[in-house]
Amino acid sequence: MKFGTEIVLLSLFAFAAFVAAGFGVDEPFRQHMLVLLIALLGFAAVLLRNTSFAPAAAVDPSAYMDGPIRYGAIATMFWGIVGMTVGVVIALQLAYPDLNIQPWFNFGRLRPLHTSGVIFAFGGNALLCTSMYVVQRTCRARLFGGNLGWFVFWGYQLFIVMAATGYLLGITESREYAEPEWYVDIWLTIVWVAYLILFLGTILKRKEPHIYVANWFYLSFIVTIAMLHVINNLSMPASFLGSKSYSAFSGVQDALTQWWYGHNAVGFFLTAGFLGMMYYFVPKQANRPVYSYRLSIIHFWALIFLYIWAGPHHLHYTALPDWAQTLGMAFSIMLWMPSWGGMINGLMTLSGAWDKLRTDPIIRMMVMAIAFYGMSTFEGPMMSIKTVNSLSHYTDWTIGHVHSGALGWVGMISFGAIYYMVPKLWNRERLYSLRLVTWHFWLATLGIVVYAAVMWVSGIMQGLMWREYDEQGFLVYSFAETVAAMHPYYVMRAIGGAMYLSGALIMAWNITMTILGYQREEDPMPGSVPAFQPKRSGARNWA
Amino acid sequence: MGLMDKHAIIEKNASLLLVGSLLVVTVGGIVEIAPLFYLDNTIEKVEGMRPYSPLELVGRNIYVREGCYLCHSQMIRPFRDEVERYGHYSLAAESMYDHPFQWGSKRTGPDLARVGDRYSNVWHVEHLTDPRSVVPESIMPSYAFLKDASIDVKDFSTHLVANRRVGVPYNDDMIAHANVDLMAQADPSADTSGLEARYPKAKIGDFDGNPQQVTEMDALVAYLQMLGTLVDFKNYDEATGYR
Repeated sequence: MKFGTEIVLLSLFAFAAFVAAGFGVDEPFRQHMLVLLIALLGFAAVLLRNTSFAPAAAVDPSAYMDGPIRYGAIATMFWGIVGMTVGVVIALQLAYPDLNIQPWFNFGRLRPLHTSGVIFAFGGNALLCTSMYVVQRTCRARLFGGNLGWFVFWGYQLFIVMAATGYLLGITESREYAEPEWYVDIWLTIVWVAYLILFLGTILKRKEPHIYVANWFYLSFIVTIAMLHVINNLSMPASFLGSKSYSAFSGVQDALTQWWYGHNAVGFFLTAGFLGMMYYFVPKQANRPVYSYRLSIIHFWALIFLYIWAGPHHLHYTALPDWAQTLGMAFSIMLWMPSWGGMINGLMTLSGAWDKLRTDPIIRMMVMAIAFYGMSTFEGPMMSIKTVNSLSHYTDWTIGHVHSGALGWVGMISFGAIYYMVPKLWNRERLYSLRLVTWHFWLATLGIVVYAAVMWVSGIMQGLMWREYDEQGFLVYSFAETVAAMHPYYVMRAIGGAMYLSGALIMAWNITMTILGYQREEDPMPGSVPAFQPKRSGARNWA
Repeated sequence: MGLMDKHAIIEKNASLLLVGSLLVVTVGGIVEIAPLFYLDNTIEKVEGMRPYSPLELVGRNIYVREGCYLCHSQMIRPFRDEVERYGHYSLAAESMYDHPFQWGSKRTGPDLARVGDRYSNVWHVEHLTDPRSVVPESIMPSYAFLKDASIDVKDFSTHLVANRRVGVPYNDDMIAHANVDLMAQADPSADTSGLEARYPKAKIGDFDGNPQQVTEMDALVAYLQMLGTLVDFKNYDEATGYR
């Protein structure tokens, strides 16, 4: 029977959630279990409607398994828009605090929803679906483990739903980017180990002798995130029927463990994984080989070795011992080199194909992503210098830095990869519209520039106002005055974010129409056809 | 380039690649984090630190639940302006019982490491209910709902036990009296001699101005009022604290 085991298991888990919803020791936990119950029952119902007793058709073992990738591409778009919308909302809350709706939609509960939404839901789905796409094609092998790919996809979506609803209910560990509570963490561990088995299993059954460089990055990202997640989330629940747990570490040890995790969520989730993406999709879209094989070896090993040391730069001048701070700073500065190694390798892959920048908006998007990667991996080491950090820490400068990396690098390279994959996954000749990709490109780029510039100004201004003394030796500004001074910048930041979001909405429209099989009638991109070629019939004719 | 040729071995062996990259990424964490657990000078020697009283811990859990750390740090850096604005720079010892730490990474609002005793209970309740009524420039959300929320725990001793399992020195006496102490601290008419013996310097009173029930507002204000008040800096030896 098709889906027989799955339906039975889902029903059992749904019953367990029902029991937990009844016997939970705190109200948020009971509500959370109700959410879980509804999610599991809904999923079981969908499977029941699709079950059949006919023997399953044999699967062609040489065909690629693209189902979870198609769903993953759609999920990436969906969660991207959810996460970015929440981002615009909380940006507006900082400018207009009356937009807070207590208790569920206060800034403190929505902000983790935004960060997890864009990092783990948008970025995570982009990594899941591109890694499954890349590993099959570079290994010439079908995904390992039968339906394991589907389990990883749906298991991850369940993690997202449980984490997101938990934040709104007030279920959080309040450790940055590791907010989900203990039972959600355990579920993610299970899904992540399944993902590791899926990915490694596919590599092991490859038909190519070499493991392609993109897969090195994906593999190291998966295994490192597993290590970081498990160790950083060690905690002691107050009750196994309650939402609250206490971190296994305290104070200074907890702080460094958390930022060891937190900085490498950036280093491995948002960098190594997306470098894997770059190493496949940029050469493919540009139709050029990777610039330097030797450089990719050196920068891969240097990057993964150095990144893990950089965590203490989040704790400069805190109660963390000085030796750890200095070590973190030194390694953060060294990290500049392998980061730019990746940037150079990505950019130079276009040598001989630079003309495509004029004609191919997808390549333009990927190049802009790599440019922002280079920019933010210069800014990061600079901010990790203690003297600079004494000004920038605790201010909006950090927020601006994160967003030039996240919107510029992570966002743009993911958009490029999805624009590349979607027509292939649905067997469409081309995208619905390249003109809309150009619109998306400019809205996104201008949005990031506005966002980052505004945050530089507000962050540096705030830092300087905090430390400003008058000639008598008194502090010039009260804290409240520095808050008031931020208002115009918070408004402009929300505008920058809204521009970026509107670009993503245009993309969603473009992708939807592509999937539905439409092709927009439009003039070719300027320069993509020789100037003397006559225009197509139906195109505007000025003559 | 002999070394580069040897790399082909790793490129053809997924297990080697997996183990190799795992080994490479473990080094940094071991060197930086592990010593913090055994180096004696990581946490300064101070007088006055004690575990949180049950009501303070409930308040801290509300602080954690609402994500206050996203806008408020609890970590004063050793700079002239910060020390003048907020008080003595923070010591590692002051967060030694914090599971999790709440040092924060952003100051949209001011640092709270030493906010205890700075404002009255009435000010805190007013500020949490309607922030702009007392600080016109504030962009903080309202937390008025805390005044109506009774403390939602059946048996709080399980929370003390969980903390003890991760290293907080709650003794049997503290655990046995957890639920009594929780209610007594917000009740000015209760006998609090036991509570004060177990948790020296604990602030006692009807924090939210509503004697009818012990609310989440009581707990949060009790927590805010004790922040940074425990360590006795008169007896703190600055020089030996440097590391």
